[in-house]
Amino acid sequence: MNFAEYIKLALNALRTNKVRSLLTMLGIIIGVSSVILLVSIGTGLQNYVTEQFASLGSNTIMVMAGDVDVSQGPRGAMMSASKFELSDASDLESGSDAIKQASPMVQGFGTFSYGGKTVSTEVWGLWENYFDLAKYEPEYGRIITQNDVERTRRVIVLGNKPATDLFGEGVNPVGKKITLNEIQFEIVGVIKSKGGGGAMGSADDFTAIPLTTAMRHFNQDRPFMIFVEANSADEVTQAQQDAERILAKRLKDDEFTVLESTQLLDTITQFLSVITAALGGIAGISLLVGGIGIMNIMLVSVTERTREIGLRKAVGATPKDILMQFLIESVILSLFGGGIGIGLGALGSLAMSQFISTSVTAWSVLLSFGFSAAIGIIFGVAPAIRAARLDPIEALRYE
Amino acid sequence: MTDLLRIKNVSKQYVMDGVVFQALNNVSLTIKKGEFVAIMGPSGSGKSTLMHIIGCLDRPTSGNVYIEEHDIFTANDAELAEIRNTHIGFVFQQFNLLRRTSSLDNVMLPLVYAKVAPRERKSRAIDMLKEVGLAEKMSNFPSQLSGGQQQRVAIARALVSRPSIILADEPTGNLDSKSGRDIMDIFESLYRKGSTIVLVTHDEDVAHHAKRIIRITDGKIISDGKSKRI
Repeated sequence: MNFAEYIKLALNALRTNKVRSLLTMLGIIIGVSSVILLVSIGTGLQNYVTEQFASLGSNTIMVMAGDVDVSQGPRGAMMSASKFELSDASDLESGSDAIKQASPMVQGFGTFSYGGKTVSTEVWGLWENYFDLAKYEPEYGRIITQNDVERTRRVIVLGNKPATDLFGEGVNPVGKKITLNEIQFEIVGVIKSKGGGGAMGSADDFTAIPLTTAMRHFNQDRPFMIFVEANSADEVTQAQQDAERILAKRLKDDEFTVLESTQLLDTITQFLSVITAALGGIAGISLLVGGIGIMNIMLVSVTERTREIGLRKAVGATPKDILMQFLIESVILSLFGGGIGIGLGALGSLAMSQFISTSVTAWSVLLSFGFSAAIGIIFGVAPAIRAARLDPIEALRYE
Repeated sequence: MTDLLRIKNVSKQYVMDGVVFQALNNVSLTIKKGEFVAIMGPSGSGKSTLMHIIGCLDRPTSGNVYIEEHDIFTANDAELAEIRNTHIGFVFQQFNLLRRTSSLDNVMLPLVYAKVAPRERKSRAIDMLKEVGLAEKMSNFPSQLSGGQQQRVAIARALVSRPSIILADEPTGNLDSKSGRDIMDIFESLYRKGSTIVLVTHDEDVAHHAKRIIRITDGKIISDGKSKRI
């Protein structure tokens, strides 16, 4: 018997028991679709984070307060009190040829109201150079200027998201006044969207005021962190070393950490890929359960068809013929299940993409498909061997 | 005439629950091409075991079995399957047709395992169904056929691979007497056309269609001679 005939035979057998075949496949369908869906969510998150960092620019170095352990992710930075002075930023700019500019930041949180709508978002206190460093450009009006900073002016630049949420899409709110903790600020600009929306926060979800205004307003006398831009990607390492050297003159080792943005990105993506693998692994267990379901049904099927096996053997089927007949049946079951599961998983991922970023990857599709085939073979072998080993005399006598 | 089947000093023992059971005890017999032989005996006599050995479904514990040039004793399972496929055509009491499979596909089955090309399979199967008078029932499923018709499909299946021996195990056991006579008429006409037929039965009337009757009791052949028609 050739391969095409084995397949024809298996399809016929599966067609005779449509409901049973479908129920057997269900385990694989659920397993594969959850692998595809969960991995697509995990991968989507990773892509999202990478995009966010890419929007900051790969030349960027972050100087954080305290002794930040890269392996613990960005959290450590929030935990130590800052010892930075504004002069540190100027020192960094003047102290290294590799550093293009340095920009200190004060971070606060604010709730804004306009026309009955309320928006809560981060408030960044910045120098004027931050917008160039982080590649933000105005859509309406202007960005914060040196003049604003020097005069501690009450002006505010809105990120694209709070602007849209408060005033609606395509409305220019420049000149309008909004209040931040009972103090009025004049809107002088709206920043162009960098895109890449999602539920996890966005590069567009912030407001910015002059650093000096923020320090007074939030009652902070030290910058929370300092962004440093190297002249070029090649000089990032040099800039990092220079920054460490310059800051070490004034600060203790454990009072600051200089991090390349790529280092931080690596840490976060590593963390996310572990989560993705864990989610995929949990879904993989359901695939295994699906495989056991296939084995169960194939064993029942072999018992049910004992006489058929006996007859086939009597008319000349070799043990290999019988083995292949049942093995191919279980492989087809699991491959069909896998195919349907991939389709459903992709659909689910499409539906989820309304809420969070998802990405169906080729490797997760190939892996699930390969995994289903492997499950069909692994869990089909035992029933197929049992069928192949049946004694034709006993099998023909079977009632 | 040439010897198709030679059985020499064949014994077969089974061990059941630790007790040794001697199913065949030093049996020898030869069947020539074109013979119509009936093997008779009460249940437990060893006739089923003898049939299984003739049909290459089982190997003897000791002794030699040759079908044409093939030595059954040394053949492995795959080789036995091939010998069955080319040399033996089985007809069973229970018909043993595949359910939800048309008469035509049932008849083609041995040719599938013989690796005959699909087109030739079909034309040979159609010829065989015509020969047993079922040309009209080619696409019917077994459930749509009477017992006698099912057994005729089974005979067509046994003939389609042009086997050396047609081995029939109580072929009329599940049929009414009219259908049973029809089936025996088919065997008689096959014999007249030169087929070698071995019939296993406990029914004297059926056995006397054969030209030679071998009687077996307690694993031994007690008589082997010409059939005298009643």
